[in-house]
Amino acid sequence: MDDLLWIFISTLLVNNFVLAYFLGLCPFLGVSGHLETSFRLGLATTFVLVITALCAWILNTYVLIYAPYLRLISFIVVIASTVQFIEMSIKKLSPALFKSLGIFLPLITTNCAILGLAIFATNRSYDLVEGLVFALGAGAGFTLAMVLMAGIREETEIMDVPVLIRGTAFNLIIAGILSMAFMGFAGLFSST
Amino acid sequence: MATDVSAYEEMIKGLWRDNPVFVQVLGMCPMLAVTNSAINAVVMGLATFFVLVTSSFLVSSFKQWIPKQVRISLYVIIIATFVTVVDYSILAMLPAIHKELGAFIPLIVANCMILGRQEAFASKHNVKYAVMDAVGMSGGFMIALLALGSVREILGVGALFGVDLFGANFEPWVIMILPPGGFLTLGLLLLFFNWFTERRRQFLIKVADADRMLAVEKVSTEGVKDNG
Repeated sequence: MDDLLWIFISTLLVNNFVLAYFLGLCPFLGVSGHLETSFRLGLATTFVLVITALCAWILNTYVLIYAPYLRLISFIVVIASTVQFIEMSIKKLSPALFKSLGIFLPLITTNCAILGLAIFATNRSYDLVEGLVFALGAGAGFTLAMVLMAGIREETEIMDVPVLIRGTAFNLIIAGILSMAFMGFAGLFSST
Repeated sequence: MATDVSAYEEMIKGLWRDNPVFVQVLGMCPMLAVTNSAINAVVMGLATFFVLVTSSFLVSSFKQWIPKQVRISLYVIIIATFVTVVDYSILAMLPAIHKELGAFIPLIVANCMILGRQEAFASKHNVKYAVMDAVGMSGGFMIALLALGSVREILGVGALFGVDLFGANFEPWVIMILPPGGFLTLGLLLLFFNWFTERRRQFLIKVADADRMLAVEKVSTEGVKDNG
């Protein structure tokens, strides 16, 4: 149980996917303009991450032991088709949910956090439960980073920022300071 | 001859004017994750170069036979194949660096710059232009990687390509080789790039203004002469 908690907290804070591993930067820099949308995108990504962890585990256990060199190709194909499948089934089952997530789902396919999660989970040889907890932690961490970033960006919207630095340069510097703040969590587990 | 000139232009534009990192802000994940030393940046740059050039070549050669509906998945499969080749080659040739780059070599697949070039360029142009464009774009990507990697290694370790630069008195800025350093350095590099572009624009406006003034002056003096 302690192990699972450790995996969750460490992926949420210490090894945050966005701020420490630089995964999922495209949405982090691109879609983080508003708090509300960022939060929804975070939830949608978490959902896809959990499904991906499940798929990656199934692939690793039953298929890829026979052909390890197919790992990358099969992961990417499975992720792309899973996202497509989830999109279609949500559209059928829950139009309301689809309306709130809809536009973000196709975007998620190109999010490197998803592929990164599958590869990390394989490299660390997590079992099914560990993998799912890892995915939940990664998703929560992604959501946290998105929400923090969106909150700061909404505040800076009304500020008088020099024209030259506006846009990506400014966002990257904000991200750098956030990342520095998250480094404070690095010592969280050293004593236990 | 004319086609050669424009093929050359396709290559040059990726290096600076349409630089994938500084101008289009694509391919951020590998950009920031592996640039904590210059040598990692070079290996990553070469790997991306190989993947982009070969997949652009393949995509533009087969563009007539790729059905429109499944093109994205096909591009991804082509890219993933070449990334697997690169992954195993680096593992065989440079095991130490492979260990350091770790999961980020397979993650070249998710580099939106590569897929973006297939969709925006290679699928619409013939092989020659596609390859030239790929060479230019990955060259621009490598310039950006190297700029970021060198700055971070020089400040964070006090060395470049593992060669000590400042001697024992230098206190390394450890933050530069940690994740925040990546964000900050890229932010400042982008700021510098914006400043440079803006200055150039101002300069061009000034030149155009000066030209116009000269022309006006010329017309008015000619007018005076005519009157006289």
